[in-house]
Order: sequence, then C-alpha cells, then structure tokens
Amino acid sequence: MTVLTGALDFPPVSHLLEWPDFLLKGSLLGINKVVLLTIMGAVLVVVFFWAAGRRQAVVPSGAQNLGEMAIEFVERDIVVNVMGPEAKHWTPFIASIFFFILALNLLGLVPVLQMPVNARMALPMYLALQTWLLMILVGFKHQGFKFIPNTLFPPGVPKALMPLLAFIELLSVFILRPFTLMVRLFANLMAGHMLLTTFYVLSSALFVKSVLVVALPLPVFMAIFVTAFELLVALLQAYIFSILTAVYISESMHGH
Amino acid sequence: MIELLAQTGQEAGELLDGLKAVGAGLGYGLAAIGPGVGIGLVVGHAIDAMARQPEMAGTVRTTMFLGIAFAEALALIGFVVFILLNFA
Repeated sequence: MTVLTGALDFPPVSHLLEWPDFLLKGSLLGINKVVLLTIMGAVLVVVFFWAAGRRQAVVPSGAQNLGEMAIEFVERDIVVNVMGPEAKHWTPFIASIFFFILALNLLGLVPVLQMPVNARMALPMYLALQTWLLMILVGFKHQGFKFIPNTLFPPGVPKALMPLLAFIELLSVFILRPFTLMVRLFANLMAGHMLLTTFYVLSSALFVKSVLVVALPLPVFMAIFVTAFELLVALLQAYIFSILTAVYISESMHGH
Repeated sequence: MIELLAQTGQEAGELLDGLKAVGAGLGYGLAAIGPGVGIGLVVGHAIDAMARQPEMAGTVRTTMFLGIAFAEALALIGFVVFILLNFA
C-alpha cells in the first residue's frame, strides 16, 4: 500500500516547471535551466545550418541535404502555400521561428535535459507578441491607414450587422489571435510535460521488490508511447505556429 | 464552541478547495466538448475536399488549420480557466 501512495505522491507543479537560478542569482538576468536551454536551442539551430551551408556542393549530402530539405519544406509548404510565391522573402523569418520552436521542443525530450522551454509562458508570449506586432506593422505598410477599417469592416455585410461584426473582428484579430497563439504552444507543451512526468513517477514507484511489480510494464509502455506522441506534438506545434504566423501576416498584406 | 467553530471553518476551507478542483476539472471538460466536435467536423470535411480534389490539397490544408485555430480557441480558454482555478 505504501508503494501505491508513493506513486500517487505527484510532485507539485512548481517542482516541475520552476528552476532555481545558478548564475547571477536573484538578479533580473538570472540564468536557470530554462534560460540555458533557450540559448542552447538557438545555438543548435545556428550551428546546424552553419554546418549545412558551409561547403555548398552541387550534389548535396549529409547535413547539407537535410538542411536543404528542411528549408525547402518551410518554403514550399508554409511560405509559398500560404503567402503566395511573391512572398518568398519571408522564408528566413518563418524558417527561424519554425526551427527555433522545433529545436526547443525536441530538447524537451532529450534525457537529462527534459524541460520543454515552451512549457513556461515567457517564450510563447514573446513569440506571439512578435507575430502580433509584425502583423500590425505589415498591415500598415501594405494597406496604409485603411488597414484598421479594412480589418474591422469586411465587405459584403449588411449595414445593421456592422457594429456587432466590427466588435467581433476587433476581439478576434487583435486580442484572441496572439492570445491563442501563445496559449496553444504553451498548453500543448506543458500538458505533454505533465503527462510524461505522470508515467515516469508511476514507473519509478512501481520499480520495487513486491508483487506490485507485475503492473510495471503498463506505465513503462505508456511512457514510451507518450514520448513518441510528444515527438509528433513537437513537430506539429512548430508547424502550426509558423503556419499561423504566415497566415496572419499574409492576411495583413492582402486584406480580407 | 470555539473549537467546533474553528473545526467547521477548516472543513469549509477544505470543501472550498475541493469544490474549486471539481469546478476546474468540470470547466475544462465542458469547454473541450464543443471544440472537439468542431475540429472533428473541420478536419473531416477537409479530408473530403482533399479526396475530391487532390490538386487543391495545399489550399485546403491551410484553410483547415485556420479553422482549427478558431475552434480550438475556446478549448484553450477553458484550459486557462483550469490553470487559474487550480494554481493561481
């Protein structure tokens, strides 16, 4: 029985997500595991693409092959597909977002590191605010001051419905968009982190010399399954975040 | 009498915490029903469209993700309420 209560002794959420500073303690620039992983993710992406583009062979192989495939995927499936072929110059920005988020999500699955940075609100919030600001700036650049009326009053709507629709559009475009962009990334990664922790805690609690050990394969299998699922989520969330960024920016470019 | 009152107060506090947890769980569960159905409809119809016109698959996929993003917003708000009730 003690084993079972041990298994149910789930650590409080603060133990899973809050890490103490180990550099510059207490100051605003304190560095903890999350900050270190963020920097690591950024460095990893830069190093990989530097290695891929260092010696550009006509017939690509190894890292160059993978890098070219990845960039082509972003350019073809996200940028050209959503924003059209004339917006190809957005590829570097969208690709940076995609690979940064992907690297951070994958670092969250590497043993020992095992902390998805996006399971803290800070980075998703920054990325969403960046998209939001860019969306507004691009709108003003391409449509001038007509951007706001163009967004709030879609054409072909009865006059009587205009005030209601303007209110809904205001809410959905300028408030709900960045908010959901942020929470989607955050919630998916945090839920995955908690799910993994649950099965790891259960597995380690059942790892005992007792008859209860017969139940051990179950949480172990689930932990492996959830890890594979999280791999899918890592890719999917990076993809969705960058595709939505592309959609929002292209809507600002072309109006409704 | 005072002891009894204190005990009752404590129990009421525990009850409040329990109710909060129940409310948070129920709130998230209820918030997830609609978006679940909605996302199912969106993706199902997108697959229909892709099967009918494979050459339009790219456009359909993009629009599908937009639709999912709108439907999912409600579930995400439910999740935020859950977090606020449980941990804030």
